[in-house]
Amino acid sequence: MGKQPAAIIGVGQTHHRAQRKDVSMAGLCREAIDRALLDANLTLDDIDAIVVGKAPDLFEGVMMPELFLAEALGAAGKPLLRVHTAGSVGGSTAIVASSLVQAGVHKRVLTVAYEKQSESNAMWALSVPLPFNMPVHAGAGGYFAPHVRSYIRRSQAPTHIGAIVAAKDRNNALKNPYAHLHNEGTTVESVLASQMLWDPIRYDETCPSSDGACALVIVDEDTAKSSPNPAWIHGTVMRSEATTAAERDQVNPQAGRDAAAALWKQAGITNPLEEIDCAEIYVPFSWFEPMWIENLGFTAEGDGWKLTESGETAIGGKLPINMSGGVLSSNPIGASGMLRFGEAALQVRGAAGEHQVDGARRALGHAYGGGAQFFAMWVVGSEKPTN
Amino acid sequence: MSRTLQAPVTVAFDYTRSTGPVVGRFLTGLRDGIVVGGRTSTGQVVVPPLEFDPVTHEATTEFVEVSSVGTVTSWTWVPEPVKHQPFDRPFAFALVTLDGADVPLLHALDVSSPAEVSTGMRVRVRWAAERVGHINDILCFEPLAPGEAAATAPAAASDEAVEGVITTVSLDYDYAASPEESLFYRGLNEGRIMGQRCPTCQKVYVPPRSACPADGTPTAEEVELSQTGTITTFCIVNVPFLGQKITPPYVSAYVLLDGADIAVLHLILGVPADEVRMGMRVKAVWKPEDEWAYSLENIDHFAPTGDPDADFDTYKQHL
Repeated sequence: MGKQPAAIIGVGQTHHRAQRKDVSMAGLCREAIDRALLDANLTLDDIDAIVVGKAPDLFEGVMMPELFLAEALGAAGKPLLRVHTAGSVGGSTAIVASSLVQAGVHKRVLTVAYEKQSESNAMWALSVPLPFNMPVHAGAGGYFAPHVRSYIRRSQAPTHIGAIVAAKDRNNALKNPYAHLHNEGTTVESVLASQMLWDPIRYDETCPSSDGACALVIVDEDTAKSSPNPAWIHGTVMRSEATTAAERDQVNPQAGRDAAAALWKQAGITNPLEEIDCAEIYVPFSWFEPMWIENLGFTAEGDGWKLTESGETAIGGKLPINMSGGVLSSNPIGASGMLRFGEAALQVRGAAGEHQVDGARRALGHAYGGGAQFFAMWVVGSEKPTN
Repeated sequence: MSRTLQAPVTVAFDYTRSTGPVVGRFLTGLRDGIVVGGRTSTGQVVVPPLEFDPVTHEATTEFVEVSSVGTVTSWTWVPEPVKHQPFDRPFAFALVTLDGADVPLLHALDVSSPAEVSTGMRVRVRWAAERVGHINDILCFEPLAPGEAAATAPAAASDEAVEGVITTVSLDYDYAASPEESLFYRGLNEGRIMGQRCPTCQKVYVPPRSACPADGTPTAEEVELSQTGTITTFCIVNVPFLGQKITPPYVSAYVLLDGADIAVLHLILGVPADEVRMGMRVKAVWKPEDEWAYSLENIDHFAPTGDPDADFDTYKQHL
């Protein structure tokens, strides 16, 4: 027996902010959950199982937060699972939830992912000095900046490409009422003029630190009939790889390439640039847009920046990317992957509001995590898959 | 000599928790010397109040003041208290159902022996003199003799609603290096950089791993590496952050030592940051020998050798 069809019929998210001091972690999750359930026209009583995801526990200093959150998430008397794959966790959590439906185990699964970055300091949590080691680590920016430099060298990209991405995403965020950053008047020039933090990454080319959550309701074919606009799941893939293998390609990781190839095959897509209408991809530092364009196979290696430079990744272009404003505009780390997956679903449901891509029928949601060692991605469509 | 090296490491942070309106209401009450419960949809009064109703899942909005006097419903004896417990002498943890509540609250009970505790005994809250809106505003419970009343709380210093608490987490670990890492750190203590070669793929790893990350083969053959190498890629860290050990700006670079197949991350000095290049040839600059320890920090930094840059093709597969 093959996979059962599954669809997203509810998408909910919080207003993402640097500090959501008005809510607890449970309250933050419920804000997203209640919106997703309202969207799906269901209640917590209709839900069969709950899958929760968040990034490393050190970020809030709560070991196994799912234990104390269980009741608030409506999980009493139901299966509750937690997924943990660093920054990609929001994506892999959605995939685990969808697999429970696709396997025929449950009919209506609620999934939620969150981060309350204001309770701690992620830069500190990612740079704890270890004995015997050289304390040169400097958070995620310090980790990824050398690889961005490698990309620029390998692709011979002009050095303002990152600023094009940042200006585009920050302007897209102005259309998204939930986005954390609403920086009016961001231009390529203003990004280039911002402070260099982890050279070659500038301040305006980095993601913010956000409090926020995202929730999805994923259901079987019967339940989806009640929805006027289900987003059908056409393919889901997760891949991981060793972070420290000799001669590992850190710019264009094998796991990402393999995951994308498997995803396109699953979704019956032979030419992703032509067949995908828009994409939400995990871009915490601006240069990762062209890097992932190549890694995902939208262009040949070395050509990703040309798609960005041509303006084709803006709304209205050939392949709009990060219509919501992306990770560059909202980064509740644990939820960031699910926000990408949720935005893809909103697009094919025609429910993305001001940042809707006209006629979007198939969309990509993508997340990566760790030292670019975890990848999670899905394709969703307005039509039920035929395969 | 022990096969592996160990060292203590402490991970500590003061987490700033947002309490939300329900837990915040409870903590505001404690700060004011009042115990506040929440009423559920079935009419039960729960202390501390639940954020969301267990039946309807709605947010709790009905709050009820309960007594600071109650009855022990169960307890356990703590003969040997550990760090951060409410007392440094033996005490009891007790479940106490306060008058007016339907569900017990867990807290410490200050008695000197288990003979002084019994299920059903009456107890009262002993308030902290200075209260900030924290569960420790209740110092503990204490036995209530017949005829005694609830303790009154001294006036609070603030009347603003409590919206957050600071939770200090401090974890003490004993960091243990693997036997292969220990080889590496012992080598550094002798001024040598040691790696290991994978018997399957022949790649030389530094620091050595217990097994090759690419194919899983256990590694055994030791290789001493050159003290010179090539910068494959790097970043200039301009951003200060909590816990940072090196004052920015500094160059954090991947250095591919001659003879190694993976780069190590280290600090570049001896050249202005904006003159550091991919392909630059560098050499290890060691600290004075009397400062050496079992650490990669024995190498103070890498500095340019002055040789011509390595050709891109010689290191491009390491990016």
